[in-house]
Amino acid sequence: MMINFIEKSKTILFDLLGKSEKSSDEELLNDIDAVRFVVLDTETTGFDYTTDRILCIGAIVLQNNTIPINGSFEVYIQQEHYDQATAKIHGILKEFVIDRPTELEALQQFLDFLGDSIIIAHHTIFDITMINKALERNGLPELKNKTLDTAVLYKKTLLVSNLLERKENYSLDELADKFDISKKDRHTAMGDAYITAIAFLKILNKLRERKEITLRQLFK
Amino acid sequence: MKNTISHRVADFLKNFPPFSFLHQKDIEVISEQISIIYKEKDSVIFAENEETHSSFYVVHKGAVALRTSLENDILDMCDEGDIFGLRPLIANENYKMEARTHEESILYAIPIAIFKPYALENRAVGNFLIESFASNTHNPYSKSHSGKLYGETIDLEGLDTGRKLLDLQPVKYSKKLITCYSNTIAKDIAETMTKKNVGAILVIEDSLPIGIITDKDLRNKIVTGEFPITTTAASIMTTPVITYPKKMTVTQAQMAMMKSNISHLCLTKDGTPNSKAVGILSKHDVMVELGNNPAVLIKAVKRAKKAKQIKPIRANIMQLLQGYLDQNIPMTLTSKIITELNDACIKQVIEISLKKMKTPPPVKFGWLALGSQGRSEQLLHTDQDNALVYEDVPEDLKEKTKNYFLEFAKHVNKGLFEIGYDYCPAEMMASNPKWCLSLGEWESQVHHWITNPGKNEVLLSFIFFDYSLSYGDSELVNKLSEFIFENIKANPVFYIHLVSGALQSPSPTGFFRQFLVEQDGAHKDFFDIKRRALMPLTDAARVLILSHSVKSISNTPERFEKLAELEPNNKELYLACSYSYKALLKFRTKQGLLHNDSGQFIALEALSKLEKIKLKRTFKTIKELQEVITIRFNPSNIL
Repeated sequence: MMINFIEKSKTILFDLLGKSEKSSDEELLNDIDAVRFVVLDTETTGFDYTTDRILCIGAIVLQNNTIPINGSFEVYIQQEHYDQATAKIHGILKEFVIDRPTELEALQQFLDFLGDSIIIAHHTIFDITMINKALERNGLPELKNKTLDTAVLYKKTLLVSNLLERKENYSLDELADKFDISKKDRHTAMGDAYITAIAFLKILNKLRERKEITLRQLFK
Repeated sequence: MKNTISHRVADFLKNFPPFSFLHQKDIEVISEQISIIYKEKDSVIFAENEETHSSFYVVHKGAVALRTSLENDILDMCDEGDIFGLRPLIANENYKMEARTHEESILYAIPIAIFKPYALENRAVGNFLIESFASNTHNPYSKSHSGKLYGETIDLEGLDTGRKLLDLQPVKYSKKLITCYSNTIAKDIAETMTKKNVGAILVIEDSLPIGIITDKDLRNKIVTGEFPITTTAASIMTTPVITYPKKMTVTQAQMAMMKSNISHLCLTKDGTPNSKAVGILSKHDVMVELGNNPAVLIKAVKRAKKAKQIKPIRANIMQLLQGYLDQNIPMTLTSKIITELNDACIKQVIEISLKKMKTPPPVKFGWLALGSQGRSEQLLHTDQDNALVYEDVPEDLKEKTKNYFLEFAKHVNKGLFEIGYDYCPAEMMASNPKWCLSLGEWESQVHHWITNPGKNEVLLSFIFFDYSLSYGDSELVNKLSEFIFENIKANPVFYIHLVSGALQSPSPTGFFRQFLVEQDGAHKDFFDIKRRALMPLTDAARVLILSHSVKSISNTPERFEKLAELEPNNKELYLACSYSYKALLKFRTKQGLLHNDSGQFIALEALSKLEKIKLKRTFKTIKELQEVITIRFNPSNIL
């Protein structure tokens, strides 16, 4: 009876993850330290998926709790569309970087860098959709990488208690404050990616304090 | 590649030697090759005898303890900007120490292949490294290895004193030497010593120390009439002088004084009497340095201008606590002194925060410590639980006043975080708008809890009713306390909830009197001393003391002592409770110090038989107490 139940719940779990029980990376999923994560952030001209464009992609590699600085990726993209208003936030002027690659070149560089790593971002859906829209414009297939979102994961660290009022959304600023991470480079793609990476590590640590955590649980 | 992060790393490194000796351009090049490593608390970076890594490390955030298994003592504590793991840079052999994070840390790993050319090329960098290794041989634990480059650590002598473990710290001695010559007469010597307020004077000849005269010499030799006050230094001085090198640690100084049974050490340039005297070190200096004096620590706290400066003092307080526990000083006294010191730290953080505000507070306010801190039972670093109450203001000023205190509370919470109090995971902090209220708002809040006692309301009142004033106006807080008592009296039903809450804590032992340990989670198989033993006592004391309407005693043992006074027939039980609580608190504190955590979870196998018996004895008391409460506050008796 009991065994049956466990087997059953296992299948349900795998169904939810959308993969078969004999998944080749199952082993991998249990060992967080072995996985290559790419923590990224994009600076964009605005928040509209169709009219706005990516100005810059900043990404860093995170593996085994280590971030090699020379393994980072930062690309500023040539612009046709440019919005004066958002320039105030990210400080990227239209002609700021001279030898900027075209959107297609930048995307190809990024895809090479990304490989099949797991993507981590804060409010991941925004960055991924922005990138996917750009890929689509350039006739490339959309990203198939697994993704994690620190905005979602952070909520898992919060105390389950009626005494604590949870918010629907936690900004990167709030995470930085909570985890005592410097906000000096906030609103640069690389700076935000770095804050996100450190926040991710601290979240992982918090979750581990309670229970041994596997990567698979993070995707739940 | 050059990017935002490498810039930030370079920005950090340029403030610390040996990087501070390099050109900005070079630091940036090095920074591009660095790896940033995140380590949880208590994780090993490298083990003793482990093969060396290809990098050495700089602490960016957190702290790293270096130790050898030989002594199992922490040899050095590296924090922000300190470098360690230099062995592979100098010698081709395995690590001689273990490096383990003392707190959650972020490290920069600097590839040796990248850094070495700079060390070879730049004299200042090379000198710094060599000097650092040389100074390591002064490490008191490495005597048997002297001559060899033993330590991994770089001793940033003079740059970061005060950050390290105290007894390994280089001593601070008075450099202003008070001296006389062998022909100076005793009366003049006494006058000089009085004027300069010193306890000893050095007798020198050609800058070399030939003798020393202390207060004791004057008393024993002049005041007794043995010598007239016109006698010369030469006839009353102690000679030869015992001399030591100036680079000695506090422990070494202490040992030296004990060995020769003297109260003053003369420090000379090369440590022999044949070189120039450079300073004098008194027993008093050593005592101050050791920090085993609460008055000295309080003074140090009050001098702090930034929260950051309080953090190292808090480390000294913890050391003092350890000392008290080791010496079996009564727990009541220990907890009084440590609480006093912790309070001083909190007060200082509040004062620093007040200075950060552009204007003084618009109305009177009180900063309340809640929970264990409010009960003065917080000896170790734990989470912060606090609240703020301020005077009622007219409607039109409400928002402005609230915003002022919220901003102020934010500074205080951040400051407390910086000195080692973690943020409360349930957000019970004064910077939370729900815990920063005017007197009137608090009154309606408390009234709501008491008249609608659901599970959460009771829990909230449990936490809140143990408040004590940390800083500010006591009048406000008194008013609030009175309000609470009146309300509870008027609502006897509330007692039933308080009582059932107090009886809810899980039992510490099972049917066969074995300890009940946690079944799952991170603390599986550990005994939860807080939930199973301390909380039942705290909760019971609160209910009983509230039923007697006793104000302003929030400490649990003190509450029991008061109860023993109020109810002579239960005197014995209450005194046993008070004793048990102190014993349990001591257990917890010892565990916490041992593991650098809150001490809430105890590994049973680590306890001795005697300790286990002691623990179990307290459980019996808890059981009896719970029976008394059950009978007294039986719902049918109240309604």
